[in-house]
Amino acid sequence: MRIVKALRGDTGGQVMLAVLLAVGILVPILSLAVPAASPWHVSTYTVTLLGKYLTYALLAVAVDLVWGYLGILSLGHGAFFALGGYAMGMYLMRQVGDRGVYGNPTLPDFMVFLNWPELPWFWHGFDRFWFAALMAILVPGVLAYCFGYLAFRSRVTGVYLSIITQALTYALMLAFFRNEMGFGGNNGLTDFKDILGVSLQADGTRAGLFIASALALALGYLASRYIVSSRLGRVAVAIRDAESRTRFIGYRVERAKAAIFTFSAMLAGVAGALYVPQVGIINPGEFSPLNSIELVIWVAVGGRATLYGAVAGALLVNYGKTVFTGIFPDAWLFALGGLFVLVTLFLPRGIAGLMTLRRAG
Amino acid sequence: MPRSHCRISRAITAIALLGLLWLGAAAADTLEDALPGLADRALPVKKQAVAAIVAAGEVRALPILEGLLVGDLYAREGDPPVVLVRSAGSVVRSIHPITGADLGEVDRASIKKITLTNALRTELRGAIAALSLGSPDPQVRLHSARALMQDPNPAAVAALRARLGQERDTRVRATLDLAMAVADLQVGTAESQRAAIAHLDGSLYPEARNALATLLATDALDPAVAVAARQALAGIDARVAWNARAETLFFGLSLGSVLVLAAIGLAITFGVMGVINMAHGELMMLGAYTTYLVQQAMPGLLDYSLFIAIPAAFIVAGLFGVAIERTVIRFLYGRPLETLLATFGISLILQQLVRTTVSAQNVTVENPSWMSGSWQLNPGLALTFNRLYILVFAMLVFLALLLILKRTALGLQVRAVSQNRAMARAMGVRSARVDALTFGLGAGIAGVAGVALSQLTNVGPNMGQAYIIDSFMVVVFGGVGNLWGTLIGGTVLGVANKFMEPWAGAVLAKILVLVFIILFIQKRPRGLFPQRGRAAEG
Repeated sequence: MRIVKALRGDTGGQVMLAVLLAVGILVPILSLAVPAASPWHVSTYTVTLLGKYLTYALLAVAVDLVWGYLGILSLGHGAFFALGGYAMGMYLMRQVGDRGVYGNPTLPDFMVFLNWPELPWFWHGFDRFWFAALMAILVPGVLAYCFGYLAFRSRVTGVYLSIITQALTYALMLAFFRNEMGFGGNNGLTDFKDILGVSLQADGTRAGLFIASALALALGYLASRYIVSSRLGRVAVAIRDAESRTRFIGYRVERAKAAIFTFSAMLAGVAGALYVPQVGIINPGEFSPLNSIELVIWVAVGGRATLYGAVAGALLVNYGKTVFTGIFPDAWLFALGGLFVLVTLFLPRGIAGLMTLRRAG
Repeated sequence: MPRSHCRISRAITAIALLGLLWLGAAAADTLEDALPGLADRALPVKKQAVAAIVAAGEVRALPILEGLLVGDLYAREGDPPVVLVRSAGSVVRSIHPITGADLGEVDRASIKKITLTNALRTELRGAIAALSLGSPDPQVRLHSARALMQDPNPAAVAALRARLGQERDTRVRATLDLAMAVADLQVGTAESQRAAIAHLDGSLYPEARNALATLLATDALDPAVAVAARQALAGIDARVAWNARAETLFFGLSLGSVLVLAAIGLAITFGVMGVINMAHGELMMLGAYTTYLVQQAMPGLLDYSLFIAIPAAFIVAGLFGVAIERTVIRFLYGRPLETLLATFGISLILQQLVRTTVSAQNVTVENPSWMSGSWQLNPGLALTFNRLYILVFAMLVFLALLLILKRTALGLQVRAVSQNRAMARAMGVRSARVDALTFGLGAGIAGVAGVALSQLTNVGPNMGQAYIIDSFMVVVFGGVGNLWGTLIGGTVLGVANKFMEPWAGAVLAKILVLVFIILFIQKRPRGLFPQRGRAAEG
């Protein structure tokens, strides 16, 4: 009931959830039940693409939660996303079993190739789905908590915080590029076969992953909405607008910050875990600082501190990217760069801000 | 006409040379007598001839031996029985092996290359080195002394001993001494070996260390010699280790100077103006491309191209900077996170701009001749000129910037605006103009840094991205708004990085530095040298 209450007054969120519900039901039906010849048929490629967008949208919600409501511009959320993705990738890697190129029943191909004698300790347990799923949430969560607790306790704020989050993801990228780390180095993890015993290539699995992504987005959205309309959320907004004053009034600023930052990182981890089985690969490139900055612009385009704006921005920018890179591959960076400049200059509140402006006027 | 004239003069030269030869008749005879032996197909005869030439010990024999070694010496019918061959395009000319006179064009079919065995080749190398010891040029003598040190043989030792008495140049003498010692280690008695070891003690030539190591590996070594050799080897190793440390320090300072160059422009825009310029790396890239374009436009002035490129890059990047400030950043003052996003967009646009207008591939920027080569401090330690110059250049840029900020009217205004914008405006400082100029200055410095980088790394559209995070780390580590902090921060990070590399590896060293900075910021959120006073608030 309280969650429903949290949605009251959130017109954008209601619309978004309704559309998500409709799409979540319609797309799998149109993909699986409608024959391929019909104009209404949705190809598996499209289903996967949409599923990927939905995981991006969930990631954008996670970023909006800390940027929009807590005032922390994280340039390292891609790291949490990638860590979740790696946890899922490790599970999928173990599921390959002896069907790899080298046919080793326990060791993934890259370990056989690098002459590793046995599975490293941190790979144990990832043959079970529940464990991998737990890790996809826990690892980003624990990292975010430790990192956030240290940073917030020392009152590292603003630009400094942005820069060290960027350093964090950069350091992780360099680390994951190393073969010695045991995560497949440069090539990352790929050549997955199946998930939970069903083939990843099957149309049904793709539709299932799409539904899971839509569900995760809906739940993630509701949870975030619940948090921002709770007491903690109001403290967060107070911290964003006047951190010192909030502290002097008596709130434990660093605790509130660490809590929301950690939750946001967990959401990003879930998004990463759903992303990897759909795209079929995870490599250290996901940690690149460029990715993390790019996802900030999704939120900026959609509109900060609205949550549904982040969803809209992620979908819009990524759709634009798919279209642009298809038609004029050279122009995409111009478009993306222009978007950064124009949105910060002329649309500081994004598309969502544009809509509320029209309603008000 | 000119051609015949040429021939006459050559003939005169030849006659003059012949006259000279007549004076040194005895030596000339052995040399000339040996020539037919070289042309002989039988290997022992050939060997004998080479030995005879070496024994004659004449500098004039050098071209013959060198030609023989590189395969330019050919046998033919007639006198002289062997000739040196030079081919220029399709034309093959023969040259007299002793006098060097041009004997005219020859047909390749009428001459036959003189072949060698590997054993003979080794002997030739030693002989050439021994003969070069008599050369009037000390540089040639030094070179041959080193060659002898690498490959001492009994014949060479004799030549060394002979030469040592006459040598006047101290450097050549020292090298000869060492070469003798190396040779003595291999063939001498226990007594001479010990003397040689005493001589080699502390020498940084790798050959000296190798000779000692080889000596220690031999069986039936005199115990006293072995002890002495072991001590000398330990001494050499200790000195080599110090050399390695000095080299690491140099590489660290060099990396530090690059970091300082890259970060110092950022320190101005970030520290003084509070603007996060993510396009800083791309402004450096523009500077590097300016260097490339300058070199393309003036191919004849390669050696001076950098002196043209430095002001050009400053102007190009500076103008871009002013344009960025006027069109984008001035609307975003007081919102640093927004400037971060907007300038990141600009960096993407600049990258793509270069990719579409110049090339998506890396371009080659040439090093001027004075930038290549190295400064040989001692036999085991050489500092490359390009890194050395960039180190000096970084210091000069730093000093120039310091002077601008501390000693000029613009600097005063910049500092005033950065400390208290409202008050500065009230005092009549046109803050908008100061902002534009400050940003232009920071951008121009980035362009100048790009010129330096073009001499060290690949120049491509993505080169700026590699430096942006490192530069921010340097600024944040050193303390925002403090040029000295940037200098010390960059140097410390560069040196620390290079000292960690040997045991951690390049990538891990970098990760460790990043983690260190992340932790450091927790302890000192405002960097090594925090700004004090009112400017620190907000």
